[in-house]
Amino acid sequence: MMFIRYAGYRFLTMLLTLWVVSILVFVIINLPPGDYLSNQIAELRATGQAEGVAKAEFLRTEYALDRPLWEQYFIWVGMMPGPQGFSGLLQGDFGWSFEFDRPVSEIVGDALWLTVLVNLAAVLFVYMVALPLGVISAARSETWVDYTAGFVGYLGLATPNFLLALILFYYGHKYLGLPIGGMMNPIYEGQPMSPGKVQSILVHLIVPTFVIGTSGAAGMMQRLRANMLDELSKPYVETAKAKGLSPSKLLSKYPLRMAFNPFVADIGNLLPAMVSGSVLVSVVLGLQTIGPALLAALKSQDQFLAAFVLMFVALLTLIGTMISDLLLVLLDPRIRYGAREG
Amino acid sequence: MAPLLDVQGLTIGFGDAPAVVTGINFSVEPGETLALVGESGSGKTLTCRSVLRILPGTAQLRAGQIKFGTQSAIDLLSLDERAMRAIRGDRISMIFQEPMRSLSPLHRIGNQVAEVLHLHRGLGTAAAKKLVLETFERVGFADAERAYRAYPFEMSGGMRQRAMIAMAMVAKPDLLIADEPTTALDVTTQAQVLGLIKDLQKETGMAVVLVTHDLGVVANMAEKVVVMNKGRVMESGPATAVLGNPGHGYTQKLFAAAPMIPEVAEPADALADDDLILNLKNVNKTYTVRAGGWRAAKKVHACIDVNLQLQRGTTLAVVGESGSGKTTCARIALGAELPDNGSEVLFRETSSSDPVAVNAMTRAQRIAFQRKAQMVFQDPYSSLSPRMRVQDALTEPMEIHNLGNRSERREKAAEMLRWVGLNPDTLKRYPHAFSGGQRQRLSIARALTLDPSLLVCDEPTSALDVSVQEQILTLLEDIRDRMGLSYLFISHDLAVVSRIADEVAVMRQGVVVEQAAPDTLFYNPRHPYTKALIAAQPEPDVNRPIDLNLVSKGAGAPDSWPEMFRFKGTQAPALIELDPGHKVRCHA
Repeated sequence: MMFIRYAGYRFLTMLLTLWVVSILVFVIINLPPGDYLSNQIAELRATGQAEGVAKAEFLRTEYALDRPLWEQYFIWVGMMPGPQGFSGLLQGDFGWSFEFDRPVSEIVGDALWLTVLVNLAAVLFVYMVALPLGVISAARSETWVDYTAGFVGYLGLATPNFLLALILFYYGHKYLGLPIGGMMNPIYEGQPMSPGKVQSILVHLIVPTFVIGTSGAAGMMQRLRANMLDELSKPYVETAKAKGLSPSKLLSKYPLRMAFNPFVADIGNLLPAMVSGSVLVSVVLGLQTIGPALLAALKSQDQFLAAFVLMFVALLTLIGTMISDLLLVLLDPRIRYGAREG
Repeated sequence: MAPLLDVQGLTIGFGDAPAVVTGINFSVEPGETLALVGESGSGKTLTCRSVLRILPGTAQLRAGQIKFGTQSAIDLLSLDERAMRAIRGDRISMIFQEPMRSLSPLHRIGNQVAEVLHLHRGLGTAAAKKLVLETFERVGFADAERAYRAYPFEMSGGMRQRAMIAMAMVAKPDLLIADEPTTALDVTTQAQVLGLIKDLQKETGMAVVLVTHDLGVVANMAEKVVVMNKGRVMESGPATAVLGNPGHGYTQKLFAAAPMIPEVAEPADALADDDLILNLKNVNKTYTVRAGGWRAAKKVHACIDVNLQLQRGTTLAVVGESGSGKTTCARIALGAELPDNGSEVLFRETSSSDPVAVNAMTRAQRIAFQRKAQMVFQDPYSSLSPRMRVQDALTEPMEIHNLGNRSERREKAAEMLRWVGLNPDTLKRYPHAFSGGQRQRLSIARALTLDPSLLVCDEPTSALDVSVQEQILTLLEDIRDRMGLSYLFISHDLAVVSRIADEVAVMRQGVVVEQAAPDTLFYNPRHPYTKALIAAQPEPDVNRPIDLNLVSKGAGAPDSWPEMFRFKGTQAPALIELDPGHKVRCHA
């Protein structure tokens, strides 16, 4: 019961944060002077293309870019009627991409869930690799196991992702027959879901997951190791030992539970780091995720597209932190009971 | 019959360094209590841990035998790991010093205790729970079912230590090792825990190895005593012999250093109150505790109507158990915390200056006040920055207050070191090069650099060994008289207070219940709470044991007190001056 109330409270704060983020995103995108259309109009004027100017002017009024900034904001969010009445984020209208001359929703449509898919796979990879390695290197600290895991981890941290991507593509293709680039076999593109398409996507996921996840896993492993080492020197570990617990059971029941908190709390930070970190990788690997679209949109001041992508990343982050907060409450009675240690 | 535990020639060391525990011999008969006594660094903890083989990873057992069992003795040191695990928690169990940190905060108490039965008896959840509940009732949990479901942080220190004892006792071990089990607890709670261990011992016939530095605890618990110093046994034998007639010089030194409540004192005259350096008038402090994001806030009264007067050049001690509000008083006196409205704290720098209200100072007044009122903290290990040289730590206060130039400050720092009995050559060293007692001297020296007139000492000796405590108390008395200082001395230890204070205020749950000169207070304690505190203080004399079960009840609830002191809820009676200089909270 208490948990449900807390979850509700947490959800409300998330919505509030999202709203604040939307203001920030909008302001930041509009910070550079001019906008896509005024740039374009200036360019068209300079080259004397009158009909283009007319169209651009039409779009300017159509998307209310001629109005004051605060009005633009409320129209974009859908809290104020624009030229087409209420039609903004709240109503599910994400705006128009001037660069691609198509609605934003059309451009990002597929990319959205592919982004979620790639990043979820990477997060899973991070946890599956970091958890056992971190625990083992803490339990066997300063032995060859620890040193090897640490070495591989630092290698993962230090290698540029795109370089790793190229190497893996080359060898993956040469020895394992893994496909190069893209999210799926081109024949499935634009096709409805089918077993063949799912399989194709999964095979294409292997290398990107590895590439995007490696550095995150290495960092996470080091953090978990450090936390575990801290916990291992605490008196309650000694109590458990004096009880006659076997080392493996002791490790998993007591210090690991304690070291798990930062591990869980990291979920929220992991998501945005991966989305932004995977932009370059997506470009190199030719993944149709949201990353390359964001890059293009920011370069050309394609404001609705950029704003939408940023909002989407913010939403992912907020959902991630909410999940980790709720998990922490479930995992740690001290947080649940709001008590302080001491 | 062979002894239950027989330790022979035990030698432990770290790395290539010389052994830190050398050639320890002792034995424990079934049902007997042996006390391992020593100051920090004596090796008593390493010794007791080696019995269970739970030494830190870098420690090596270099030599010796630990035989366990009366019939067919096994050598614990040569046992394989699996067999050793079967003994831990089953035949030999252990309780530790810090009950909070020794229990996992994430698991319910019941789960942690029942685990022992799962491990060693192979019992299922229901059967284990039944036994655990029985044990919980035995160790004095009023609501065993609730304790079973509770998390450690929901319990007080004494309750947690009971849970630890339940965990150690649930498998009915032959030997219990208790490593400073009551050091972190208040005296009445200490009496409860010790009494409980003694009762359980009588019932089950287990033997106990009690590790402690407190000779009072030894006198009340042990049949046999082993005194250790620097990794060697100094003296061992029956408690009556060792405590009654200590043979070794080191044991005698320990006894001389142990502070004691004076046995028969004459009531003292009332102190004059014509020249108060510090005057707390009707001080109240209420904290609002937020219980967590979505629960209602709660009000806690840390100080209720506290009136304390500190006469210039004397020591006023505030004693009480944890949570009594004594530290809050000190913080308010220093202006570190603002009291509730209507409270007044007056400070008079010299007899001729005007009093300043500490709770309503201007910025300039505050800076001047901070020069004149300094603090000495409890933990000398964490109150000095490990990254600052002694010289920097001592000159920093003068820099902050812009006193003197660089060489004058240096000169002053060196002088202060001489005052506290340290060599000025040590100015260039870092705090880690000093022992606990030396660090406390440093922190006193630091407080003195600004020539204060008032020193607030918050449990300045409770982190120290008895012999060091003795030195620090002597030092404090010495500089008080030489520099004309006044002390507000916060402590939980009546024996320490009886030695240094000119006046003692006993606090209970935010209220001063009795106030008098120490001689008067110990000669003629009137309030049931004061009496209970004095009775619970164990003395290092085997011929005068305290009745642990009686004193462990403490003073009880206010509505069970004699008519004169009784009250309900928070409606405590007023503090009344029964004799000159002897104030008691009672109905006149």
